[in-house]
Amino acid sequence: MINVLLITFLITLFYIAIANRMLTFIRVLALQGILLFFVVFIKLTEMSPLNLGLILIETIGFKTLAVPIFLAYILKRNNITRESEPFLPHFISLIITTSIVVITILLSNTINDKHLDKIFFVVALSTIFTGLYFIASRRKIITHVMGYMVIENGVFVLSLAVGNEMPMLVNIGIMLDIFASVLILGIFLNKIGDVFKNIDVDELVGLKDD
Amino acid sequence: MTILYLAGAISIAAGLFWNRNNAINYGLLWVFLILQWTFTIFAYLHKGETDAIFFKFDALGILLLLALSIIAIPAVIHSRIYIKKHTDATVDTHSTEAEKKHTETPQSRAIYFAALVLLLMGVSAGYLTNHIAVIWIFTEITTLSASALIYHHRNKLALEGTWKYVFICAISITFVFIGILFLSLSALHAGITELSFEKLLEKSAKLDVFWLRLAFLFIFTGFTAKLGLVPMFTAGIDAKDKAPAPAGALFASVIMNLGFVGIFRFYIVVANTPLHHWANLVIGIAAFLSVFVATVYMLKVKNIKRMLAYSGIEHMGLVMLGVAAGGVGYYAAVLHVILHAFVKSSLFFQYTQLYRVFQNKSIYHLGNYFKYNTTGAIVLLLGFISATAMPPSGLFVSEFLIFRSLFEAHQIFILVLILLLLTMIIWSFGKNIFKVIFLPPVDFDDSKVAIISPWESLTQFVLLGLAVYLGLNPPAEFVHLINESIVSLKVMGI
Repeated sequence: MINVLLITFLITLFYIAIANRMLTFIRVLALQGILLFFVVFIKLTEMSPLNLGLILIETIGFKTLAVPIFLAYILKRNNITRESEPFLPHFISLIITTSIVVITILLSNTINDKHLDKIFFVVALSTIFTGLYFIASRRKIITHVMGYMVIENGVFVLSLAVGNEMPMLVNIGIMLDIFASVLILGIFLNKIGDVFKNIDVDELVGLKDD
Repeated sequence: MTILYLAGAISIAAGLFWNRNNAINYGLLWVFLILQWTFTIFAYLHKGETDAIFFKFDALGILLLLALSIIAIPAVIHSRIYIKKHTDATVDTHSTEAEKKHTETPQSRAIYFAALVLLLMGVSAGYLTNHIAVIWIFTEITTLSASALIYHHRNKLALEGTWKYVFICAISITFVFIGILFLSLSALHAGITELSFEKLLEKSAKLDVFWLRLAFLFIFTGFTAKLGLVPMFTAGIDAKDKAPAPAGALFASVIMNLGFVGIFRFYIVVANTPLHHWANLVIGIAAFLSVFVATVYMLKVKNIKRMLAYSGIEHMGLVMLGVAAGGVGYYAAVLHVILHAFVKSSLFFQYTQLYRVFQNKSIYHLGNYFKYNTTGAIVLLLGFISATAMPPSGLFVSEFLIFRSLFEAHQIFILVLILLLLTMIIWSFGKNIFKVIFLPPVDFDDSKVAIISPWESLTQFVLLGLAVYLGLNPPAEFVHLINESIVSLKVMGI
């Protein structure tokens, strides 16, 4: 069951690679949150209410509801066009995403470690690198935030792959950090929407050395 | 005590944030400075003790905390002056008339000082923690509070600088977290689940090398955003440029030191594993590239604030070269980091006066500073001598030791290249500084030059003097603390 969920998660990455509309991008992010919740839910061996509550907040509350709603709000408020406007055609994006996944599978096959859950590791690494690729290949600033969220999802899966229980304090800290950084990024994004005409990275070239 | 300090600092920050009264603002800042110094002295008196599970008052933490607490006083004083005087100026020549009318309101002052206090708290706690995940959390707090400081002027360029800083730091901090996850895998092989530096060092022989290598790459890359090293240095430059100069002084000194602590503490662990040589190579390459990049930018930069920021990149490159070379380089690196913090922050504090005189930061439009503000010009001159490590600057000692360590590590080729690059940096730095001090400025109307009180330069003289004193005639206790902070590296017998 976990494998099915994780593979679905991988497929969402391909879907993002060819997604043309910004809202689709946001919806896929929300879907990823739900998938992550079920993955953790099944993987969890002991079900303490506190632990479950935390995971529920982190995946459903935060990744599925708060961030997508917030991003959709920013999208609407700043009149960002619906097209995602990538630098490269969708077909090439798809090829690159596929090759990232293939390379991570090949890479992880060379690793032998009993502490490591391989399928989690593959999904995590491909998600992180795909996220970096999304950031590099999209023109809009808001897609950078979405790429950042994809990377965060990848890190979340990676933390499951490692299977080492992090102290609770650290877990809460991480959650707050991610929340705060997205919030801060969103606030500044709103300001950018007010100040600049287009919310494109091409606008951010004012700081120079001459 | 740490918990008390954190709670105190957070409540002071909250008080500063909600309060709009000038006198109360002033009072709260003094309370914070007293709290900061009480905590520093407490940490010094309880050296070697563990506090609140995650914190340990070790030698490196205490040294950097002392440096921070010293710099915090002028930072608060100059911020107060800055807010008071810069009521009708924005930083950019590009800004529109409407933006030029930007005035400091009680609200903008409240946000500024609350963020300043949170920043100082985050950095202090980050220095002292002995757990890699906790230093991660405090690094993130510094990013968030720094973003409020960079955005202080609320104009287009400040927004761009803030966005770039927050975004690159967010990505970097994620890298550090990925590194921590790999580290936990590596630690699992050694049978430890708790990632404190002490535990890792204790079991360093058993750590899994493959995962440790990945962990080091990610953690190192992540912390370079704070340290100001290739590859993530760009965000820091924009931040120092756009933030008000008193805050920029903190970015150029204590925050860089936080990046140093993050890398150095983990490096100590890695240095006790078979990866020592490889880690030196990674650090060495990044450090050399940093000096190179700093040289290239220093040669063409026209904005004096950015020039100072690039000089910071050069110095951190030298520090990490010292670490990579090993031997006496470790001692030199810690010494250099502390002295550099004093020198660079004093230059940034001086910059606030420079800007008030010329209302410009392009080197073309600055000049004859000696005539308009003699005391300030002397600070600038002494700061230049210190920052380029000419005797009697304290940095001369540490830089000389770094060169010695490179020589002893048989890296003559690197040493020659670095010396060549440094010559170019000194030439370019000197050309610009002497232009500002002695040559007449372009289109400058000197009929209404701001009069600067010589007393405002006092703090910079103290900081520069401190750097000379600690470099040339270090007190025995200071040397002892530095030696203690690198004691785990000396075991290697390099």
